[in-house]
Amino acid sequence: MSVWYWFCENLPFEMLHWRFMQNAMLAILLMAPLFGLMSTMIVTGKMSFFSDALGHSAFTGIAIGCICGVAAPTWVAVIFSVVFALLFSFVRSRSNQAADTLIGVFSSAAVALGIFIATLGGDSFTKYNKYLIGDILSVSAGEIGLLALVLLGVVIFWLLAGNRLTLTAIHPQLASSRGIPVRLSQSIFTTAIAVVVTLTIPSVGLLILNSLLVLPGAAARNVAKNLRQYHAISVVFALIACITGLCISYYLGSSAGAAISLVLALIFAISFCLRKRRA
Amino acid sequence: MSPVIHGNSCGDSCCLRVQGLSVKIGNQTILDNINLHVHCGQMVALIGPNGAGKSTFLKAILGQLDYNGVIAFSAPGQRSHKPRIGYVPQSPAFEPGDPVSVADLFICCQSRRPAFLGIPKNMRQSILECLDRVHATDLIDKRVGTLSGGELQRVLLALALEPLPNILILDEPLSGVDVEGQTGLMDMLDEIRQTYDLSILMTTHDFTMLHRYADKVVLFDHKLVCQGTPEEVLSSDDFRRVFRMRGGEVK
Repeated sequence: MSVWYWFCENLPFEMLHWRFMQNAMLAILLMAPLFGLMSTMIVTGKMSFFSDALGHSAFTGIAIGCICGVAAPTWVAVIFSVVFALLFSFVRSRSNQAADTLIGVFSSAAVALGIFIATLGGDSFTKYNKYLIGDILSVSAGEIGLLALVLLGVVIFWLLAGNRLTLTAIHPQLASSRGIPVRLSQSIFTTAIAVVVTLTIPSVGLLILNSLLVLPGAAARNVAKNLRQYHAISVVFALIACITGLCISYYLGSSAGAAISLVLALIFAISFCLRKRRA
Repeated sequence: MSPVIHGNSCGDSCCLRVQGLSVKIGNQTILDNINLHVHCGQMVALIGPNGAGKSTFLKAILGQLDYNGVIAFSAPGQRSHKPRIGYVPQSPAFEPGDPVSVADLFICCQSRRPAFLGIPKNMRQSILECLDRVHATDLIDKRVGTLSGGELQRVLLALALEPLPNILILDEPLSGVDVEGQTGLMDMLDEIRQTYDLSILMTTHDFTMLHRYADKVVLFDHKLVCQGTPEEVLSSDDFRRVFRMRGGEVK
């Protein structure tokens, strides 16, 4: 960390001379490739709505953690989200209802439970606002370390299982015919989304987290012709949006998460206009 | 499930022997006492109304579901206990927006090296060799979602041919392919069968191609109703009875 702090202090940018901005910038630089990578598979696997539902379940987990008096409610939320994700996968595999209907059922039940628990006994909801909006500026060195570990885990997971995940996402029948355990692959991936979503909620905020998990991949799809371009462009878009968004939020005093999402939406709009030029 | 045994009862020319095959799912009998021999180098077409058990039969041969009876393979010149089966599944098209090239699809199916890291020259060369078998080298950089029905079947066929199988199994390869593409695809299958001396087993609803290409046609309706040359089966009373009774589509 000290090397990073020294590096930032020697840069000619005034905003990076503040310790909270140094932490925020490092967290953003770790989160961007994380979101960029996850986003490619979430969009290809048509799981955008599902990752949104996971955010809601994570909030419920945080509320449960808070009411139980756990020191770090985030870890309760991680467990709750993983259980939520696996339960959803289980019900989906045994139901003939459309996936979006089931996501609606799970998502609304999770939110209702979260609000019910959070307001139990006349408690005020305001202490949970920070999870809705998120605050990247208050990220601690410990949380940055955790983000680095999660990023490392996701990269290793991608290197080991990327091909299988892609094949499962683009053509489950073909994947199954080639001996890939489709349900197991989907369950592991949903667990990975659950962990990433939950650990980044305090920094980015539940309300806009999903835009970071969907927009980089969605924008990259507009211009990419193959998987290498898709992944590279998605990560680059996420990096551009995260750094630009953080700068905008510093100078204009707005929420960083919201600024990042807006930049991503702008990138999506530009890539949408460019999409016809591709082969 | 009975074990797959190896050997043959009708000389070296028998590549696949199915004896007394039955498949039950729950209380429902999907296939009942199927007996069928496929000889090496033969093209065999399975026909029957929707829900007659054709795809179930293929899945049993692929070992993807439990069955009673015997499925035996023999591959001339191959000592391995496991026959190589190339399988082209019944295929809905890919999403048009998926940024996945044909080369990416090959890497995803055949290699552990992550496709998102790019494709090294030697891998690209071997993919081109695979695509050359189906005369589709020009498709290597095309996105899979933009392929026509016929092009997609060629790509899936090229995938199924690496490594070269003893038996090639195709589930409804002609569905979603236009008439011109169908002739091209069947010509291709015929060429592959002769070049590599492999047996082809396919299900189809399209009977117009059978006279020209199939050596043997097998009519299914939960059990094996009749089998023979295309002329024999398509002009049989059984054929008319099954399709009239079940309301199947006769093209």
